[in-house]
Amino acid sequence: MTVPAVGGPGGRPPQPPLVQLLTPEGERVEHPDYSLDVTPDELRAFYRDLVLVRRVDAEATALQRQGELGLWASLLGQEAAQVGSGRALAPQDYVFPTYREHGVAWCRDVDPVTLLGLYRGVNLGGWDPAEHNFHLYTIVIGSQTLHATGYAMGVQRDGAVGTGDPARDTAVIAYFGDGATSQGDVNEAFVFASVNNAPVVFFCQNNQWAISEPNERQTRVPLYQRAAGFGFPGLRVDGNDVLAVHAVTKAALDRARRGEGPTFVEAFTYRMGAHTTSDDPTRYRIEAEVEEWKLKDPIARVKALLARTGQAGEEFFAEVEAEADRLAGHVRGACLAMPDPEPVSMFDHAYRDPHPLVEEERAWFAEYHAGFEPAGLEQAGAVAAGEARR
Amino acid sequence: MSPRTTTIAKAVNEGLRRAMEDDPKVLVMGEDVGRLGGVFRVTDGLQKDFGEDRVIDTPLAESGIIGTAIGLALRGYRPVCEIQFDGFIYPAYDQIVSQLAKMGYRSGGKLSLPVVVRVPYGGGIGAVEHHSESPEAYFAHTAGLRVVTCSNPADAYFMTQQAIRSDDPVMVFEPKRRYWDKGELDPAAEPLPLHAARVARAGTDVTVAAYGPMVRTVIEAATAAEAEGRSLEVVDLRSLSPLDLDTLVASVERTRRLVVVHEAPTFLGLGAEIAARVTERCFYHLEAPVLRVGGFHLPYPASRLEDEYLPDLDRVLDAVDRALAF
Ligand SMILES: Cc1ncc(C[n+]2csc(CCOP(=O)(O)OP(=O)(O)O)c2C)c(N)n1
Ligand SMILES: [Mg+2]
Repeated sequence: MTVPAVGGPGGRPPQPPLVQLLTPEGERVEHPDYSLDVTPDELRAFYRDLVLVRRVDAEATALQRQGELGLWASLLGQEAAQVGSGRALAPQDYVFPTYREHGVAWCRDVDPVTLLGLYRGVNLGGWDPAEHNFHLYTIVIGSQTLHATGYAMGVQRDGAVGTGDPARDTAVIAYFGDGATSQGDVNEAFVFASVNNAPVVFFCQNNQWAISEPNERQTRVPLYQRAAGFGFPGLRVDGNDVLAVHAVTKAALDRARRGEGPTFVEAFTYRMGAHTTSDDPTRYRIEAEVEEWKLKDPIARVKALLARTGQAGEEFFAEVEAEADRLAGHVRGACLAMPDPEPVSMFDHAYRDPHPLVEEERAWFAEYHAGFEPAGLEQAGAVAAGEARR
Repeated sequence: MSPRTTTIAKAVNEGLRRAMEDDPKVLVMGEDVGRLGGVFRVTDGLQKDFGEDRVIDTPLAESGIIGTAIGLALRGYRPVCEIQFDGFIYPAYDQIVSQLAKMGYRSGGKLSLPVVVRVPYGGGIGAVEHHSESPEAYFAHTAGLRVVTCSNPADAYFMTQQAIRSDDPVMVFEPKRRYWDKGELDPAAEPLPLHAARVARAGTDVTVAAYGPMVRTVIEAATAAEAEGRSLEVVDLRSLSPLDLDTLVASVERTRRLVVVHEAPTFLGLGAEIAARVTERCFYHLEAPVLRVGGFHLPYPASRLEDEYLPDLDRVLDAVDRALAF
């Protein structure tokens, strides 16, 4: 039994055009549907975001290698997809990320240090979602797309769409991967969003891989084309082009805020690193593919444009590097200083109101734990054998 | 094949390989099981040797994996599904509980569903959330499913094949933190029946029953207790549904005390069922109530707390002390 290759030899589907405003060589190009005026300040700000986000990511990977984090999911290669979309958000908009959206978190003013708690294993998500309108990371693939849709349905009921007031109209954005598009939850989110005309943007970072499985294991059509079947528009954007991502996401968010419903944005990008620090991609993909994508680097093209057009010079680039080093130092220092949680704290927050069983177990645990401390030992004379053991 | 030392992960791999050689209807399916060989390398090399038709890298959808496995089984295949981690089985819960478990019954015995669901489970590996859970009780609670779990390479090898040969659906829980534990495997040995418990270490003072990842912990506790003059009998339950109560009851009738240990929360866990049934059968033999050691009534905590959350040698011995003090 063979499944015929998609779109002829090579197995890759014929690739449709993608929205692009900045080529890998750093040339500005026009697109009939999406234009973007970027001031030199704005372009420099994008560059700074991209560099800082990559630097934090590299630092986290290093911290994992040194045993300070249990795991890290690198965003290397996906900086433009995240910064371009993250910077399109209004303060009142709400974000539902996966576990890899460190660049979006950055745009929502979440201190990168806070992201490390989950990966260090000291908490399950350390930030206050409501403070940043940035939900907790979701590890179960696809679940958050439904949460985003429901949140957007709440926004509709609050009358916070289509008022024309830019400070009130609200959009919701759900991030997910190419692999996630296979999940039932994600497809149900598309249905719910569609029939409710919910103000939600489905932002798929197609980084070509779901751990070891390439796109072909999940789809035989370009992913964005699935949106049509659900009844809302979809488009593919060069995910390594921060300007194009920014323009299409802004348009999609505006459309949602106007009350015109969901949009599927497929940011076509590449996972340059391993799936996570636990993964070994040499087992399933060829280095040539990575090399090919290196030529499409999201940061190099912005730098090339800045330099060629004289919007920034060596001094600016050096300044950003220095800032990145300072930020990395902050992340490292704060990570090393992050204390382990108090054991008994695990009994907090399972319920809002007291729960008798949890309280009983908390009390038992506290007493049991006290038995291990020097002071406790003296009193525990009754259990002589136990003392010897401890 | 000659006796040798191997790991649990390799033993499952060999068990799968043997089953696939013996029966061309056996398929392996799941996320990343093919080219990568699974995130724990349990299916390493199988796709290379048996091809993409028999070792399937599925789309990323657990409900899809189990649902299509049911269809394949209806067509005469014997799918072995891998759920990548315990915490990702819930998208497939409906297919397992409402369809896989009940379809044979609904058909009045006309249909058989020889589907195996392999689940690496349990904590202790310092993972992020949803990668350390022990959901076995949900499935043991479901009529129509058989539920087993191995604690050593020999059991891993034989139980995998026995589960695949079963005409009922079987959930096989694999203790992921013990995947690299070594032990003896003699492929020519006569295996225990799939649903038999086993006395893993003989003793006289207290019976300690455990399964999967906790068997090693309990054996270590027994060694420590011996140094302090107490003799623990360790029963490796192996099968959670059905339970081999006869083996357990015979042990408890000798020792008159029972402690049940598992990683899963004690509230409505396997220990609760075992305590009730052993008490019914051994009421006049027992010198102490059946005690349980397990997880707390909490979501699995952040990994830096898991050593405090999970039962360990000290918590087992604490319960043993309490059982002896009655
Ligand atoms: C429900 C569920 N099943 C399996 C996993 C294990 N898993 C973690 S990431 C991943 C691949 C995700 O691929 P994709 O959606 O493309 O996102 P990416 O990691 O590439 O950003 C898998 C299978 C999971 N986290 N959740
Ligand atoms: Mg992906």
